[in-house]
Amino acid sequence: MGAAGFQIDDEAGARRGSHLRIRGSLDLSQAGRLRSELAERLSSGTVRGVDLSEVDSLDSSAASILAEVCRQSANSGGDIQFEGASGRVQAILSLYTDRITRECLRDPPGRIGILEHLGQAAVGLRQRVRELLTFLGEFFDAVRRAIQDPRTVNWPDVGRLIERHGSDGVPIVLLITFLVGLVTAFQAAIQLRKFGADTFIADMVSLSITRELGPLMAAIVVAGRSGAAIAAELGTMKVSEEIDALRTLGLCPHRFLVFPRVLALVFAMPILTLLADAVGIAGGLFVAVFQLGIPVRGYLISVQEALSVGDVVGGLLKSVVFGMLIAVVGSERGLATRGGAEGVGSATTGAVVTILFYLILSDAIFTVLFQSMGI
Amino acid sequence: MIRVEDLTIGYGSTALQENLSFDVPAGDIFVVLGGSGAGKSTLLRHLIGLERPMSGAIEIEGLGDPRLAQGAPHFGVLFQSGALFGSMTLAQNVALPLERWTDLDAQTIDTIVRWKLRLVGLDGFENHMPSELSGGMRKRAGIARALSYESKLLFLDEPSAGLDPVTAVELDDVIMTLNESLGLTIVVVTHELASLFKIGKNCILLDREARGIIARGDPRELRDDTTDDRVRSFFNRLSSVGA
Repeated sequence: MGAAGFQIDDEAGARRGSHLRIRGSLDLSQAGRLRSELAERLSSGTVRGVDLSEVDSLDSSAASILAEVCRQSANSGGDIQFEGASGRVQAILSLYTDRITRECLRDPPGRIGILEHLGQAAVGLRQRVRELLTFLGEFFDAVRRAIQDPRTVNWPDVGRLIERHGSDGVPIVLLITFLVGLVTAFQAAIQLRKFGADTFIADMVSLSITRELGPLMAAIVVAGRSGAAIAAELGTMKVSEEIDALRTLGLCPHRFLVFPRVLALVFAMPILTLLADAVGIAGGLFVAVFQLGIPVRGYLISVQEALSVGDVVGGLLKSVVFGMLIAVVGSERGLATRGGAEGVGSATTGAVVTILFYLILSDAIFTVLFQSMGI
Repeated sequence: MIRVEDLTIGYGSTALQENLSFDVPAGDIFVVLGGSGAGKSTLLRHLIGLERPMSGAIEIEGLGDPRLAQGAPHFGVLFQSGALFGSMTLAQNVALPLERWTDLDAQTIDTIVRWKLRLVGLDGFENHMPSELSGGMRKRAGIARALSYESKLLFLDEPSAGLDPVTAVELDDVIMTLNESLGLTIVVVTHELASLFKIGKNCILLDREARGIIARGDPRELRDDTTDDRVRSFFNRLSSVGA
């Protein structure tokens, strides 16, 4: 950028205001002043030509200002000509002015109103529903074929996925459910003490953990870890054409990628839930012993008496469904990814939010079902 | 080898190309040309059965409609990015179709994989992950995977894209060798003219405005003899770049 500056005058001998002459250097540092001074002088509508023969240098920013002036003039029916430019100044100017009427590769998107927005959203929703139904159809077909011919399942991947989505998640699941058990017991202890019902702390903690909090908290942690990971992994494979490559190798992505993930989570979730139940109850024990002074043995006997097999099995049944939901929704969102890195990010976020919604919804349905069945 | 009749392709309700008809003879290196947005890669996705045409028919010898393909792969595909499976080594990538679609023992598969990789100049890279390779090497590995099931038909999407000129020429040599030695029919989508004149035996030129084929035949003859301004303008890019 130079700082030599420029000057705009009426051209000598021409009718006042009909021809301008620019002297000096036009560059990025002068672009603002150039635009405003030209706009002011051209506002009269009488200017027909601009002499650039005494312009020493021109950079592409200043050239874009001149090209814009030319375009605006043409749009309002005027016809401003740049004259006298030579050498490099003319070359740079031509770079812009010769392309004024050049057609864009694609039409720029037009502004759309609220009704069109709504219409687009409706079309998008229809598209999503269709994609979801297609995914489910292909997935169930893959399950059917896998049952018919188990050799076609990518079994080596199942073990690796159980490790990644199951055992690798054990520490965080244990930590969170221990804290949940501890907090639940602590809150309950305050209330129960008012009624002298301290001894019921074991009943309360063990039932709430096994029936509700254990499966749900484990599922929420797995949704955050594995649901997001599945969506991101499959989404990245989709945008890098790996899914297309699988299809061209005669391999169904649903059988090769989705089914092993569903199997892995269906297998891992009940185990994680069992561990979560045990550690959650241990969190309650911690409060019972140190806050309420209940002996360890007394607490454990109360837990044993409070819990039935149905409570534990009901929780495990939930966890199987939760595992299936996490894997299916994560995979569906991943395989529906479009675009590049941004699409993968959207798919991952969308997967976690959708999984959490379905987890809570299915948990509510289970609660009502178990209630009506007397479990 | 491939017959395309009255094919109209596009996305949603927007047609990119209309009423395309052409034949790809066996043993040919057939190049699909066109500027950006002309629908070259979209045509390729239709040819390999990943997209449903708006109308018209595609027939591949011995397979029929590629969309109805089931079971073992009938053709190999090299995608623009290579599309190697990132969690697998090169050997595992190349072995995948063999493990899935044959009853060969592990040792035989291992031998075949090593020689396929040697064929594309990747001997010794069997245990490398795709992330450890350069762009050109990934494309070579993609070709090895596409070849692993002994397909006689190979589709290559922009094989030279993103490669330096030397690597691009080396890849062209690999493509020509495969065509001449193995008698493969190869369909290449590209806009690299240097590559076209080196490897192409026949070509079609797609035009975005015309929504159709504006030239077909031997690329060198088209370059030298065409009277169509659009075709001349497309081919002259090479001489202007080379000047």
